[in-house]
Amino acid sequence: MKDLFRGELVRLTSEEPELQAKYEARWQRDTEFHRLADSNPAELPSEKKIKEWLEKKIDGGSKPERYPFMIRALADDKLIGFMGLWLNLMHSEVWVGIGIGEREYWGKGYGTDAMKLCVQFSFLELGAQRVSLGLHAYNPRALKSYEKAGFKLEGCTRQDMLREGKRTDSFWMSVLRDEWLQMQNGVIA
Amino acid sequence: MFDIATQLFESEDVRFGPIDYEKDPEIESKWTHNAEFMRLYEFEPARPLSAAIVKKEYEKLEKRADERKNLYPFMIRAKADDRLIGKAVIQWIEWTNGNCMIRLGIGSADDRRKGYGTQALKMLLRFAFAELNLFRVTAYIGEYNEGAIALLKKFGFTEEVRRRQALEREGRRWDLLVFGLLKDEWQNQASV
Repeated sequence: MKDLFRGELVRLTSEEPELQAKYEARWQRDTEFHRLADSNPAELPSEKKIKEWLEKKIDGGSKPERYPFMIRALADDKLIGFMGLWLNLMHSEVWVGIGIGEREYWGKGYGTDAMKLCVQFSFLELGAQRVSLGLHAYNPRALKSYEKAGFKLEGCTRQDMLREGKRTDSFWMSVLRDEWLQMQNGVIA
Repeated sequence: MFDIATQLFESEDVRFGPIDYEKDPEIESKWTHNAEFMRLYEFEPARPLSAAIVKKEYEKLEKRADERKNLYPFMIRAKADDRLIGKAVIQWIEWTNGNCMIRLGIGSADDRRKGYGTQALKMLLRFAFAELNLFRVTAYIGEYNEGAIALLKKFGFTEEVRRRQALEREGRRWDLLVFGLLKDEWQNQASV
């Protein structure tokens, strides 16, 4: 059986709320990071507030729809980002969102490696039929990364974002179970 | 073409009205016992809902609309007798981006194909663009919902995304389509 939570560059973890809040509060101060990852206005929630949100989620228990992961680099075990999966139980579809908050780890394959783990986990453990994500047209690095992880472009919602006074598009991507299984050349030991 | 006297909630044969907690729950409860309506209106599992549950859902909806301010629900009524015939909603409003999602349904098969949906969608779009001042309207439709697809195309919506095999129904997979209409496209189309 594969180690579903360990890739070539990263591993997926669950962290203590206090530590996670500390990192997320710092990442939130980087507005370029926020604008790449999100479509809402940038905000500056306190560590305390973030910790409360995280603890509230823990109180809700581990729901069969939600799979929140943190991402650690294998080489130095540094906490570098987050990845959240949401499973639609009726339609067997996983939605994923990812952010690498530590800038020194951008453009080096860490996010791609995490996304590969996401896709593998969705198909081999969650029984998903497809994995879906959205991204901003002004984030070409993400587009390349998702393509490397097996995602295909399915379309573009026109001018659905307004950033810096300019209208921009959003891209929609997915990878289907059958497509992914073929990409593995039948090798899923 | 839009002056202050234009009634946003009145059309030829239908009007938008508020929820009637006395009469509406029983009617909507009937609709939910028809799986076809539920499957055209929702991507969630169809399920029959008693009038008491529908009433609770109305309360939750109004509470959410009040708290979040990103949600505008409407009941669609036939003008002739004020009878409830459907519902419509503008939801997921992103105020900073000027984007939103719309849904619209005519509850009973007897009330379909009579132009009520067309009139209601016209009002809904006018409200989104001319009252909420949104920049674009988005709609999600299952590929099996041919009536809705034809209606959106009539209003100038563009099919922007085809989410391959995103829905599971009737023992098979279906595409989920994302349609979009921009304010200037609506204005051009409305003036024709």
